[in-house]
Amino acid sequence: MRKALLVASTALLAAVAANNPAMAQQKSVKIGFVSTFSGPVASIGDDMRNAFELALDHLGRKMGGLPVEVVYEDDTLKPEVGKQKTEKLVESDKVDFVSGFIWSNVVYASYKPVVDAKTFLVIANAGETRLAGENCSPFIFSTAWTNDQNPIAVADYMNQKGVKSVYLIGPNYAAGKENLGGFKTAFKGKVLGEDYTTWPSQLDFSAELAKAKASKADAVYMFYPGAAGVQFLNQYAQAGLKGSIPLYTTFSIDSLSLPRQKDAALGVISALQWGADLPNDANKKFVGDFKKKFGTEPSFYAAQSYDAAMLIGSAVAGVKGNLADKAAVQKALEKADFKSVRGDFKFGSNHYPTQSFYMQEVVKSGESYTQKTIATAEKNVPNPHAKQCSMK
Amino acid sequence: MTLFIEQCLNGLQFGLLLFLLAAGLTLVFGIMDLVNLAHGSLYMLGAYFAATFAAWTGSFVLGAVLAILATLLVGMALEVIAMRRLYGRDHLDHVLGTFGLILFFDELVRLIWGPGGLSLPVPPWLDRSIEILPGIQYSAYRFAIIVVTLAVAAFLYVLVMRTRVGMLIRAGASNREMVGALGVNIKLLYTLVFGLGAALAGLAGMIQAPILTVQIGMGENILILAFVITVIGGIGSIRGAFVAALLVGFIDTLGRAFFPQILVELLGRQAGSTAAPALSSMMIYILMAVILVVKPQGLFAANSR
Repeated sequence: MRKALLVASTALLAAVAANNPAMAQQKSVKIGFVSTFSGPVASIGDDMRNAFELALDHLGRKMGGLPVEVVYEDDTLKPEVGKQKTEKLVESDKVDFVSGFIWSNVVYASYKPVVDAKTFLVIANAGETRLAGENCSPFIFSTAWTNDQNPIAVADYMNQKGVKSVYLIGPNYAAGKENLGGFKTAFKGKVLGEDYTTWPSQLDFSAELAKAKASKADAVYMFYPGAAGVQFLNQYAQAGLKGSIPLYTTFSIDSLSLPRQKDAALGVISALQWGADLPNDANKKFVGDFKKKFGTEPSFYAAQSYDAAMLIGSAVAGVKGNLADKAAVQKALEKADFKSVRGDFKFGSNHYPTQSFYMQEVVKSGESYTQKTIATAEKNVPNPHAKQCSMK
Repeated sequence: MTLFIEQCLNGLQFGLLLFLLAAGLTLVFGIMDLVNLAHGSLYMLGAYFAATFAAWTGSFVLGAVLAILATLLVGMALEVIAMRRLYGRDHLDHVLGTFGLILFFDELVRLIWGPGGLSLPVPPWLDRSIEILPGIQYSAYRFAIIVVTLAVAAFLYVLVMRTRVGMLIRAGASNREMVGALGVNIKLLYTLVFGLGAALAGLAGMIQAPILTVQIGMGENILILAFVITVIGGIGSIRGAFVAALLVGFIDTLGRAFFPQILVELLGRQAGSTAAPALSSMMIYILMAVILVVKPQGLFAANSR
């Protein structure tokens, strides 16, 4: 009896599962968005959510004629929590797309359940290189970069400027190692030392800064996202290094941290694929409306999240709301038929953008501080990990 | 050599700062037999108060003084409102109750100040580096921290060893029941001690605010170190907390400064630079484990009779 019940219920389940694609009459587009909404970096998550919501406003809160429903989940900056939340989104909320992700270690812990369920993952920040290379998937897309790309752009710029030696400081987790590692592949001068600090608990960098000073390097390159970037710059100034050793960075200065970094960030140079001052129409609309709605300048996290929403919107419109046809959705996503706020945007074979990188310097205008685009470091470079990706 | 001296100063500064936190923790633990996980929340409040008051008054020093007073008051109110319900209960109840307080304070701070955090700029007269020894430049602010914390440590020493209140505190740490039986107003003593601990935590938070940023949850990481110090130094002993805090400060800083180089020499660049951060952050806990094996009561146990 029991066995029969089991067989019957299995058959029933199978029938439901098989039936699913036939129920193609999609009623709404469901998107799961995983980011950090609590703790010290909650402001990044909030900025991403704001941008995502703004994009939905711009799309009239509809994609391909269907209403959009977004479920936001907080990863609390922990890979294991991010994975649980992602599994919940895929298994019980049955979302059509998963987006968001600030942290490389969180996305790397979370991508498998999404891909296994043949759900599309649109990464809006985290630049884990393995997802662009050996672990790439037809279901993974990114509107950001890989961790090593921006540091390579900075290193190229420093080579052009004739910087002969450098001291590297970064956090000891996936993104920190990939970031400093990427820098080292491109920098032609001498690396006089490198320090990896305990992440995210170590916030006092006095020991590392003392070593950097003693190394007599021409420049210091560092990578500290979120609040740690504020602390690093404060301590850099307090240690008397500001003004004596030029500082280069990536992802450590943004519109969220600048109001707290202030003078400590002046003159620091970094590289990004986007800037609030890029003169294209999509960007002007995005930055203007963002300021109007939320009262602050958007960060690069926001810009990438806005693009993620626009990309998903373009794909849903491209398949006319028929999300059951996964191959068609993939094709539509690959087309990237939307106006990116960074200007030209197209996907390489590994679903990572081919894009330009700009050098930005922190300047003071009146009472406020902004990042000003001062040079184009690289024009339309493909993602360097496409070679390791099996998709061609 | 200059690098070594500078790193020693960094270690000293970090150790003294940890002492401020651990002193309050060990007093509360030793005298009131209360495990207070929310000590880090008072540290966070001290930083938030300092940033707010300094912005209001426009003066760093005035902001600092007001912040310490405010955390003192919050601490005493907290003792009267919440902590009293926990005395005489199981330690597990303390942990649970004060953990709840952490969540409460984190959320309260988010409601009042928002999730973004604040910044407290270093006053201009400290925002430079000074030559403390010939050829050795050191951050004036960090040097000021060393001076202030040493003064506080001296004040605590006089308070605990030379005054009547201090006598009661020491007596309370050795045998609470007896102090109560002798007719001392133990309730008032508890409120004072808890307030003092809170003020020390607030001072530590205020001091750290310009170096780190003022943010939610800033007390949680550093609290773990404060607990380690309490264990190493011996529960209830200010002297123990002082020695242990310096020990931990030096080991942590010098470990981070020189251990990676040694490992890179031994294991090669790739393995060394990966293993070093993990191993150097383990050293404090190894020290704690050794102390627990050799002297389970800690270096200076207060209630060893």
